[in-house]
Amino acid sequence: MSLTGTSIQTSDTALGRDELARLVARDIAPGSFVNLGIGQPTLVSNYLTEEQNITLHTENGMLGMGPAAEGDQIDGDLINAGKIPVTELPGASYFHHADSFAIMRGGHLDICVLGAFQVSATGDLANWHTGAPDAIPAVGGAMDLATGAKDVFVMMTLLTRDGASKIVQSCSYPLTGVGCVTRVYTDKGVFLIGPDGVQVRETFGCTLQELQELLPVPLSPASAVAL
Amino acid sequence: MLEFVESVQAAVAGIRDGSTVMIGGFGNAGQPFELIDALLECGATDLTVVNNNAGQGDQGLAVLIREGRVRKMICSFPRQSDSWHFDARYKAGEIELELVPQGNLAERIRAAGAGIGGFFTPTGYGTMLAEGKETRILDGRGQVFETPLHADVALIKAHVADGKGNLVYRKTARNFGPIMAAAAKRTIVQVSELVPTGALDPENIVTPGIYVNTVVRIAGSTSGAGNTGRTETTAATGKVA
Repeated sequence: MSLTGTSIQTSDTALGRDELARLVARDIAPGSFVNLGIGQPTLVSNYLTEEQNITLHTENGMLGMGPAAEGDQIDGDLINAGKIPVTELPGASYFHHADSFAIMRGGHLDICVLGAFQVSATGDLANWHTGAPDAIPAVGGAMDLATGAKDVFVMMTLLTRDGASKIVQSCSYPLTGVGCVTRVYTDKGVFLIGPDGVQVRETFGCTLQELQELLPVPLSPASAVAL
Repeated sequence: MLEFVESVQAAVAGIRDGSTVMIGGFGNAGQPFELIDALLECGATDLTVVNNNAGQGDQGLAVLIREGRVRKMICSFPRQSDSWHFDARYKAGEIELELVPQGNLAERIRAAGAGIGGFFTPTGYGTMLAEGKETRILDGRGQVFETPLHADVALIKAHVADGKGNLVYRKTARNFGPIMAAAAKRTIVQVSELVPTGALDPENIVTPGIYVNTVVRIAGSTSGAGNTGRTETTAATGKVA
């Protein structure tokens, strides 16, 4: 398929972290149960609206997590997976760790949003370990989240500091999960990963043709229905 | 046999060298700091410790590791910005690490308490943490065989116990408490409050007393706003009315 003449560029410039978080928040279906990973994905919660009626899950054992706690709201018994003090919303519930991960593994969670080192063309995710021989490995709930949620969204910059694409043919970093990523939100574009390969839903500050020159995997424009 | 003891020292008495000890808590929430301090004081060594992390800062589990009491850690997330004692021991080759994805860690603990001989889970399939493990394709998905995690002792923190050892937790401090209580041969619980039998609504009990062996109340424990997850006072107990 020719990439020329396809206009899916929706922004003149690359997106910043907050703009990207706003975009992810907008794409979450009303009524969803969602887990936001530590780091950049946490920003998404700033842009969820009341009308969306999203319930946030935190894997240390809570549904109905509210915003970060401040001042005298801070309670050492009420933290999120990043060990940050948070608040509870009306209708919140608490449960032990095995139940919390059963919520993921059992397919009850609609979406998780994670950061990544690399995503492969077939949706493999690498986000827990650089593989460096002197690195102390730490996995936490990354593999459980990647494997369990119905949809795994990744948020990351498209390129490394050295300019290499983080969307790759095959991950060189140790894997977190196999074929689990369904969507990748980056500063330069939104990518849908599925049986038809890597499709580009929209681009920011570049054309699809320019994006293709940066990426080592074949891209095609997403059909209009794939929003 | 359920006992209520007067001190954390009495609570941990009898923990032997070479024991496998589960320690509750996720970060500081639900971490039984006073029981860990007593475990340090009692001198038990060559321990295998099961916890989500591998100690933070200069307190609790981190001190046990610093003092060389821990032979092996079974955990999901050892590396943190303030896990310097574990980092040093690990880099010196002085501590063994079994790294387990967090949900597999929880389910392996649950399986032990529930008498399950093992289970297949999709978590970790195709990754280096599944290397050497039996795998199968079940329901069209690659799955990895995981075994139960048993322990000699569990040290956990709950909010309230009644005279039957029934437990209620507080907010996200519940985390590993209920599953560790069931997985260990002997479960030692520190609580902020003791109430008379019958004072807890049976519908709301999270850990039934059948899983509990020893209860100690920590005087001056706080809860609610301003709670840092740790009390600075020494342990004392209250009698069950």
